[in-house]
Amino acid sequence: MKKIISLLLIMLMLLTLVTGCQTKTETAEDKEKTNTTAETAPVENNEKIKIGIIQPVEHPSLNEIREYIIIGLEELGLKDKVEITYKDAQGDPSNINTIISQYVGENMDVIVPIATGVAQSAAAATKDIPIVFAAVSYPVEAGLVKELDKTEGNITGVSDAIGINEIFDLAMTLTPNVKTFGFVYNSGEVNSVAAIEKAKEYCDAKGLNYVDATITTSGDLLQAAQSLVGKVDAIFTPTDNTVASAMPVLAAEAIKAKIPVYVGADSMVADGGFATVGVDYKVLGKQVAAMIKRIIDGEEIINNPIETLNQYTKIINTTTSKEIGVEVSEESLKEFQIIE
Amino acid sequence: MSLVSLIGAIELGLVYSLLAFGSFISFRILNIADLTVDGSFVLGAAVSAILVSNGLPYTGILLAVIAGALAGVVTALLQTKMGIQPILSGILTMTGLYSINLMVMNGKANIPLLNKTNIFTLAETIIGGKAYKILVLFIVIGAVFAILNWFFRTQLGLSVRATGDNEDMCRASSIDTDMVKIVGFAISNAIVALSGALVAQMQQSADINMGSGMVVISFASIIIGSVIIKNKNITLGLLSVIFGSVIYRFIIALILTTSFPPSYLKLISALVVIIALSFPNIKRKIEINKLRRSIYDAKN
Repeated sequence: MKKIISLLLIMLMLLTLVTGCQTKTETAEDKEKTNTTAETAPVENNEKIKIGIIQPVEHPSLNEIREYIIIGLEELGLKDKVEITYKDAQGDPSNINTIISQYVGENMDVIVPIATGVAQSAAAATKDIPIVFAAVSYPVEAGLVKELDKTEGNITGVSDAIGINEIFDLAMTLTPNVKTFGFVYNSGEVNSVAAIEKAKEYCDAKGLNYVDATITTSGDLLQAAQSLVGKVDAIFTPTDNTVASAMPVLAAEAIKAKIPVYVGADSMVADGGFATVGVDYKVLGKQVAAMIKRIIDGEEIINNPIETLNQYTKIINTTTSKEIGVEVSEESLKEFQIIE
Repeated sequence: MSLVSLIGAIELGLVYSLLAFGSFISFRILNIADLTVDGSFVLGAAVSAILVSNGLPYTGILLAVIAGALAGVVTALLQTKMGIQPILSGILTMTGLYSINLMVMNGKANIPLLNKTNIFTLAETIIGGKAYKILVLFIVIGAVFAILNWFFRTQLGLSVRATGDNEDMCRASSIDTDMVKIVGFAISNAIVALSGALVAQMQQSADINMGSGMVVISFASIIIGSVIIKNKNITLGLLSVIFGSVIYRFIIALILTTSFPPSYLKLISALVVIIALSFPNIKRKIEINKLRRSIYDAKN
C-alpha cells in the first residue's frame, strides 16, 4: 500500500513537472512569435540555430553522410551559428520515436533524418518543423512526398537513388559501339522492374536495341547469361538482389564472351562486373548541408524540391576491362574509382 | 526534458507495456521465455499496416490480434505436440515469421502510412489536444488489463497459472497442460501483435526490422516493474508491468537528453537495468546490517 501511495506521489510530481515545462515552452513560443512579428531576420545574434540529426544505426555509409553534413555546414560558414545535436537509435527501432519526440520538444529549427525509417518517423511526429532528409532512395514510395518536384509539406531532402541514365551515359562513353543491350534481372523484384523500365526508355530514345533475360532464382542466371551470348554487345543488370547474389557467375560468362557488364551497385563491380556509377556519400552529405543552409536562411520548403545527387562516382573493374579487351585511357581512368 | 518528449516517453511506455503484458504471460505465468515476440510484434504491425493503407484501421487491429494468436499457437504446438525445446520453438517461429511478415507486406520491407487514417488520427479529430494518443492507449490497455484480470481468475485461467507453477502436479490433476499452453501462448502473442499493430499506426509506418530487440525491451519492463511492485497477484503483476515499461522509456529518454556519445546508449541502459535489479538485494543487505547493529547495540 505504501508503495502505491509513493507511486501516486511520483506521478503527481511528474504532473507538476509537466505543467512546469508547459509554461516554459509557451513562453518560448511567445518569444518566437514576437521575434517573427517584430523582425524578419531569421537569425538572432546570440541564439544558435538548432539542428537535430538522427540516424537509426551505426553504419559506415550513414556515418559518412553525417560527418559530411557537419563538415559541409562548417564549410558554409555556419560553424558558430548552429548547434548540432546528433543521436543514434543504436539499432533499436523503438528508440527512434523517443529521439524524434525529444527533437520536437526542444523546438529544433531543422530535423535531419538519415535513411528512410527515421525520415518516416520524423514526418509522423511533426508537421511544422522543417525536415531535410538524407539518403532516402524512394521518397515518393516511402510516402514522404507526393511528387519529387512538389514538396508541399515540411519535408524535403536529398535522395540517393542512382540514375539509370547516368549508368547508360557511362556505358556509351566507355563502349560507344554497343548497339544491343541484354537486360538480366529478376522480374519479381519491384526495384529491378522499375529500373529496367527506365533503361528501356533510355534505349528507345537513343535508338538502341535490347533483349530481356529474366530469372526467378540465382540458379537460372547461368542459362540466362548464355542465352544472351552472341545476341548482345553489352549486358546491363540493375541493383537486383537475385543477380547480385550470384554475380560472379554472370561476370565469368560475360568475360568468356568478352561482353562488358554494366551493373547497378559497386559491390557487383567488385564481383567482376565491368563498371557502374555509384553514390559518393561525401557529396551527398555536403549537398544536404547546402540544402539545410537554404532552409535556415529562410527559403521555403516548397521552393526546395527533392534533389538527387549532382555528382556521381564512376567505378570500374580494371581486371575485367583487360580481360574483355576494352581499353580505357590512363587519362580518363583518373575520374574512376578503380577496383582490381 | 521537454513536455513533448515527456508525453512521447509515456506514449511509448504505454504502447510497449502491451508487449510486456504478452511476455509477462509467457515468462512469468507460464514460466517459459518466449522468443516468438520478435516476430509476432512485426506480424501485428504488418497486418495492421496493410489494412490501414486500405482504409480499415479498426479491422487492421482486430486481424492483427488474430494473426498474433495464430503465431502463438504455432509456437505452442511446436513445443507440446512436436516436443521441440521451448526456447528453440520460439526462435523457429520467429525465424519463419520473417518471411511471412514480408509476404503480408506484399514483399516490401517498409510500408508507409503517412497521411492515412488510423485510430490515432481519428482520435485526434474527436478529442484533440496533446494527450489524445495517451487517452487512446489508456482505453486499450484498460480493456486488455480488465480482460486478463478476469481471465486469469476463471477455471481456464487458473489452470494456465497452475501449469506455470507446477506442470507435473497439473497433469496429475488431469489438466490438459498442452491445451493450456496453447491457450496461454495464443493470448500472449495476440497481445504482442496488438502492441505491434498500435505502434505501426502510431509511428505511421511498418518496417520488417521493427521487431529486433523486443524480447529484451519486454523483459526489462517486467523486471523493472517487479522491483517497484512485488507482484504477489495477477492484478499487481500487470500493473507493475505498465509502470516498468513507462519507467524504462523514461530512462531511455533521460539517457538521450544527456550529452553522452550516442554509441554509449546501450551500455548505459544496461547499467541502469543492472542497478534497478540489484537494488532490492542491496537494500536487504543494508537492512540486515542495521538489524545486526541494533542487536549489537541492544547487547551492550
